[in-house]
Amino acid sequence: MSDDSHELTAFRYPDGSLTYPGHPRGPGGQAHVDTVDLSEYTAEVITWTTSTATPPGVRQPNHLAIVEFDVDGEPVRALGQLEEGNVDLGDEVEAVYVEELRDPDTGIREPESQEWDGFRFRPVQE
Amino acid sequence: MTPFGNREGEWLRDLLAEAGADCLDDAGVNADSIDHLYVSNMASGELEGQTGAPNMLAHDLAAQPAYTARIDQTSSSGGAGIYAAWQSIASGASEMTLLAGGEKMTHKTTGEATDVIASLTHPVEYKHGVTLPSFAGLTARLYLDEYDAPRASLGKVAVKNHKNGVDNPKAQFRKEVDLETVLDSPIVADPLRLYDFCPITDGSAALLFCPESVAREMTDEYVVVSGVAGATDTHVVHERPDPTTMRGVVESSQQAYEMADRSPDDVDLAELHDMFTILEFLQFEDLGFAEKGEGWKAIEEGRTERDGDLPINTSGGLKSKGHPLGASGVAQAVELVEQLTGEAGKRQLEEPEVALACNVGGFGNCVTTTILETPEAGQ
Repeated sequence: MSDDSHELTAFRYPDGSLTYPGHPRGPGGQAHVDTVDLSEYTAEVITWTTSTATPPGVRQPNHLAIVEFDVDGEPVRALGQLEEGNVDLGDEVEAVYVEELRDPDTGIREPESQEWDGFRFRPVQE
Repeated sequence: MTPFGNREGEWLRDLLAEAGADCLDDAGVNADSIDHLYVSNMASGELEGQTGAPNMLAHDLAAQPAYTARIDQTSSSGGAGIYAAWQSIASGASEMTLLAGGEKMTHKTTGEATDVIASLTHPVEYKHGVTLPSFAGLTARLYLDEYDAPRASLGKVAVKNHKNGVDNPKAQFRKEVDLETVLDSPIVADPLRLYDFCPITDGSAALLFCPESVAREMTDEYVVVSGVAGATDTHVVHERPDPTTMRGVVESSQQAYEMADRSPDDVDLAELHDMFTILEFLQFEDLGFAEKGEGWKAIEEGRTERDGDLPINTSGGLKSKGHPLGASGVAQAVELVEQLTGEAGKRQLEEPEVALACNVGGFGNCVTTTILETPEAGQ
């Protein structure tokens, strides 16, 4: 589900490949030439887990999945939280924006060093 | 090597000094002979607020003015330390190099220690609360589904490695577990359960490196580093085309085999980085011991047991011996040295000549593969 003010941004490189997240240099050492908002696409669950031993500031249990988007024939994967566990491999999911995925103030990482919002995945709702 | 486990009241400084002094005493080498001294360590600053460990150890062993450096490659810091120590000798920069790996962890809660380890992840992973155990759960589910492997096969890895650990006086857990206990233990990262994971551990291990000509004059009980190489895979785990293949293992082992002029068929035993049971299967395959998707059959057929044709983790592995991050890669090699020199006690195999260690950092993010041989193996 797309959110007008937030994007799940993948980088497109000169060879047509995509990565999420983007990197300063992609395949062949080339810089990206375009971006794609993956939240406008649905994705397929490649694998998932429910983690019960979570670090400080992380919801417990924490449902996680690796999903694969098909952007006009080009695959690109992302890892993210699932709204709920017990999905099946191959399920179709959509991205839902969340303002804070974990508490930035309780983990080891410097809160100012990165963003803490992002997208969770949930089965596509007909 | 120190005993691994909960070393209450002892900190990194104590553990490194204990392992380092034992190593020097065992070899009959004076500290003033050390040219280079390396400490493999992932997170002493984050875990106990102690930095500068190499200089600290050099002073505690009276090894000044030895050149010192810290080797940090997360969980593969020990393997990377072996590579650095070997390079120091091979380049001629040093004639005697001491490598000590160590970590102090048990004073932290499981959540705190897990967070320190998870800090190696990319920001887009970290913000979702990803941990190394959750990567293992994600990969195990995919592996079991893709290769039609039984869940119990993972449990049998834990059973085997706990059984091996019983005979290792330095192991954290010296207690057998049965398959039912493993499969009924609490879920940690579905489908993996408590006994699929290594513990949090304090400990240190050390090795001494020198040219073979020097070793030969000192003792008959030494081994040769015939192959060593390191490689990386993506930092962002989900960007790998096949999460069940660790490219760092494939690349580093191919280079190590080539350097040693060996193939997987030549290896008599191996220590693999079984931080999670699924990793034993992935490395077994990516090292060339089995075809892709067939690694789980080795445990079912008993091949990796101590009396099998390719014993894996005779030390008990990280699973049973424990996993003090920076020490683990060094401890893998300590086990292989003991096996190759006939000093492995109740764990001793029958005259092994070629042994391999695979030390994995992150979730396969960086890997070092080392091949050790008896001096007679190549003759």
